[in-house]
Amino acid sequence: MSTTAEVPVSPAGNPIGFGRMLRKEDQRFLRGQGNYLDDIKLPGMLHGAILRSPYAHARIVSIDTAAAEAHPKVKAVITGKMLEGLKLAWMPTLSQDVQAVLATDKVRFQGQEVAFVVAEDRYSARDALELIQVEYDPLPPVVDARRALEDGAPVIRDDIEGKRDNHIFDWEAGDREATDRVFAGADVVVAQDMLYPRVHPAPMETCGSIAHMDRVTGQLTAWSTTQAPHAHRTLYALVAGLPEHKVRIISPDIGGGFGNKVGIYPGYVLAVVGSIVTGRPVKWVEDRSENLTSTSFARDYHMHGEIAASRDGKIRGLRVKVLADHGAFNGTAQPTKFPAGFFHIFPGSYDLEAAHCQVTGVYTNKAPGGVAYACSFRVTEAVYLVERMVDVLADELGMDPAELRRRNLLRPEQFPYTNKTGWVYDSGNYGHTLEVALEKAGYSELRRQQEEGRARWRAAGGSPEKPGAGGQHLMGIGISFFTEGVGAGPKKHMDILGLGMADGCELRVHPTGKAQLRLSVQTQGQGHETTFAQIVAHELGIPPEDVEVIHGDTDNTPFGLGTYGSRSTPVSGAAAAVVSRRVKDKARIIAAAALECSPDDLEWELGRWQVKGDPDKVKTIQEIAMLAHGTLELPEGVEGHLDASVVYDPPNLTYPYGAYICVVDLDPATGRVQVERFIAVDDCGPRINPMIVEGQVHGGLADGVGMALMEAIQFDSSGNCVSGSLMEYLLPTSLDCPSWELGETVTPSPHHPLGAKGVGESATVGSPPAVVNAVIDALEPFGVRHADMPLTPAQVWLAIRGRPLRTDIVE
Amino acid sequence: MQVPAPFEYDRASSVEEAVALLERHGAEARPIAGGHSLLPMMKLRLARPERLVDLNDLTDLSYVRAEGEWIALGAMTRHAELAASDLLARHYKVFQDAERVIADPVVRNRGTVGGSLCQGDPAEDLCAVVAALGGQVVLRSSGGGRVVAARDFYLGPYETVVAPAELVTEVRIPIRPGSGSAYEKVERRPGDWAIAAVGCFVTLAEGSVADCGIGLAAVGANGYCAPQAEAQLRGQPATEESFRSAAEAAAASCRPQSDQRGPADYKRDLVRELTQRALRRAAARAMAGGA
Repeated sequence: MSTTAEVPVSPAGNPIGFGRMLRKEDQRFLRGQGNYLDDIKLPGMLHGAILRSPYAHARIVSIDTAAAEAHPKVKAVITGKMLEGLKLAWMPTLSQDVQAVLATDKVRFQGQEVAFVVAEDRYSARDALELIQVEYDPLPPVVDARRALEDGAPVIRDDIEGKRDNHIFDWEAGDREATDRVFAGADVVVAQDMLYPRVHPAPMETCGSIAHMDRVTGQLTAWSTTQAPHAHRTLYALVAGLPEHKVRIISPDIGGGFGNKVGIYPGYVLAVVGSIVTGRPVKWVEDRSENLTSTSFARDYHMHGEIAASRDGKIRGLRVKVLADHGAFNGTAQPTKFPAGFFHIFPGSYDLEAAHCQVTGVYTNKAPGGVAYACSFRVTEAVYLVERMVDVLADELGMDPAELRRRNLLRPEQFPYTNKTGWVYDSGNYGHTLEVALEKAGYSELRRQQEEGRARWRAAGGSPEKPGAGGQHLMGIGISFFTEGVGAGPKKHMDILGLGMADGCELRVHPTGKAQLRLSVQTQGQGHETTFAQIVAHELGIPPEDVEVIHGDTDNTPFGLGTYGSRSTPVSGAAAAVVSRRVKDKARIIAAAALECSPDDLEWELGRWQVKGDPDKVKTIQEIAMLAHGTLELPEGVEGHLDASVVYDPPNLTYPYGAYICVVDLDPATGRVQVERFIAVDDCGPRINPMIVEGQVHGGLADGVGMALMEAIQFDSSGNCVSGSLMEYLLPTSLDCPSWELGETVTPSPHHPLGAKGVGESATVGSPPAVVNAVIDALEPFGVRHADMPLTPAQVWLAIRGRPLRTDIVE
Repeated sequence: MQVPAPFEYDRASSVEEAVALLERHGAEARPIAGGHSLLPMMKLRLARPERLVDLNDLTDLSYVRAEGEWIALGAMTRHAELAASDLLARHYKVFQDAERVIADPVVRNRGTVGGSLCQGDPAEDLCAVVAALGGQVVLRSSGGGRVVAARDFYLGPYETVVAPAELVTEVRIPIRPGSGSAYEKVERRPGDWAIAAVGCFVTLAEGSVADCGIGLAAVGANGYCAPQAEAQLRGQPATEESFRSAAEAAAASCRPQSDQRGPADYKRDLVRELTQRALRRAAARAMAGGA
């Protein structure tokens, strides 16, 4: 299914350029030779463990650490009081708020960090936690985000001077008045409330850090599970007042991030403090429950959508109100001026007259975080909203959801298209991609089968009163069409705490023609070591096996803000192409000197500069590399060696898109749903390694099935997190997934040097609405228009009976 | 990494030694078999036994064999071995049905018959199967042994009649030639505990139900069974109508609790639906010669 033209094959059998090749990093992973954080053991290393709050909201009356300190293997017990002395009790978040490193005054969510024990081994550290006596004075918690702004609601953030409520921000985009006008004049207006529940990235490897503060040199080295090592270095310097040239962050192999490993957690800071206090390296690794209950969650958007249309199915406007639950501290990781991330993309892939959204963020007594889990900064929520609303409209109009989308998708000639919130979609041929997906699915045949199935169900006695009669199942077909904005981002628009989102990249070609590419982004399993080597191969003709990709160590890589929001290929991928082209340009001058001609007389064939019209007079890139390091006399002003570096500031985001179709089988007697087919046609521009792209899509589709059918971080009315283990926070398995049916269309980005758009989050963004639309479609005989995720068997059974549950709170 | 509180550890090499160790150390010692229930609870520090007596060397308790009128399952037999047993497949397909949906292969490779029954998790599928089949549990102590009906084995959720110095060594299932059996379960995701599950057997005679057993998991049924529904079905013609009545009786008799898996009325409705499905399949198997 490769779109790439034939490319030469290297001696190792790899494409010298774009194409399928096995991942270079798989050798070490498959042989158990990966080096993850918890594999690292330093001489004299101590182990930390965190005491956490059992309450969602409580005042701390006292903390007695004497018994823990008396434990023979305990080296230090750290409390919030001690951190206050170091001015480290609070740390800034990425969203211009502060978060407690260790609680001083109150605990504000169950699982919040209260004390830190450093001991000679992990077992002793854990045992000593039980020796710490904390007296709490429980306070009423704010669990229901919809009641967080009520008069008399308990004020969570009384640490903030003058704070009298739980309001964080109001933010809007689009044109309110124009939208109201369109709605006032529309034939049809439909409204729907929907919750995108709080979910968790749940990477296979939990978060952790090893801090080593060398008391002699003043050098802090932190091995850390981070998707953004350079951002962490600068933040440590800014937060702790450490000199940045003495801070080194090493991100080793990462066992999945999905946004969970972007921010800085209290545990990372505590490992540093522990090392400062003890003078020895301190390792802290959270356990699974700590990961699920205290680190960055995702979503938690309570949305009210309204869609306006003409009777014949022309969508005219979209109006949205969102209540965003940000937990106890506003710790979302996103570009600083974007409190609702990139929710601006909520008008989706459609040609509307007007659109407006308003987002209000509130504090609740839940774990902080908010943007995480492969969401492209809230694009996930936006796509879910618009794709559900389109289906709600189709239901209202009695129109086929494919036909309704067909009539409203943006047309190719409208690109570049400025959407109703001012974002410029770079390129697209949406209608074509939808047709490819419908064709691949056999859409009209599926609809016919569905009708037959419904007729069988009715004939067997099935009815809204007797959903399970006759044992017949129902088929559901769901479509979603998504557009993402990824690759943050242009410096003129985006920064994180003042740091621009441009990426550095360095390429060194050694004398023998082997190369090292140094990246600022950090892979968590995405295959960077392969993809980026292929970019260099594509540009310079150096085989990918001859290109070593170096990343994750701030001392050995150029500055950049890391991997999240599908930004690696759009930003650092572009940087790798540009730096390769710089090397190619320099190689031309060197080749000309060697061939005693003008650079203008040379033409590029992959891997070589040759004299135009005389292919015998040629220098390969490997020969040029040796010449560059040798004694060849170079023209005035041209330095030796064959290296280059670049900082790439993307001119715009890239806008990958896709058409997804999900087919489910639903047992109306039990509420059980099985995903039978899933057709995913993605357009992410040219695919550098189609196999890696497909792997990313597979993973994202599984993510989407999980979110749609089983995943939710839920709380009881006391604020206890009831999803703190993988027994209750269900992740999808292979048994929940069909054999994915993938397709592609290729519409290059006009502004990216390779035309590539990024794909890491596409499937996670696009698949949940397809699954939910399919389930709701299956429930058509019951008149169901919406039910919130996760669509567990119980939720489906309840939806059939007209009483689906709220899925954020468990009574 | 979740780490348990400190504990002592003994590895028994015989049933006698295991019983002696349990007797010597009293109520604070816990036997450990597959460990897939006890160890997670210890890691979360919800269980804090002072001493573990490891039974994994008691390989002589690992068997599935016919003994006269009974099939005997050694207490250390793993779930995976039940699933793979030809003997069980010939007599009671309900075991294969259930084992296919109990947890995941890792758990099935380690978890044991004795451990499953002694844990007494209200949602344990194997408890419902053994209850449906009217099994018996064989216990050993230093004073000798005793046999308890599986339906009388449980005092409540996670509570059994097993005394601190007593060990389950075997579970026995009566052989019923020609009977049919089946298991039906609905869970949120493969590998999850049941939202509700039903196991049953039926023995047919001239188109009527001569004997039957109905076991229920995860719905608060005493002893994991539904005796009223069984009584109602015995002697009735093996028809949809009879199965429906029995299913209604089973649904009425259980006491499900609302929780994250679903509200009580949903679980009750599942019991009705799944009982009917299980009886239908069991009867079909009986009519096809049995199992």
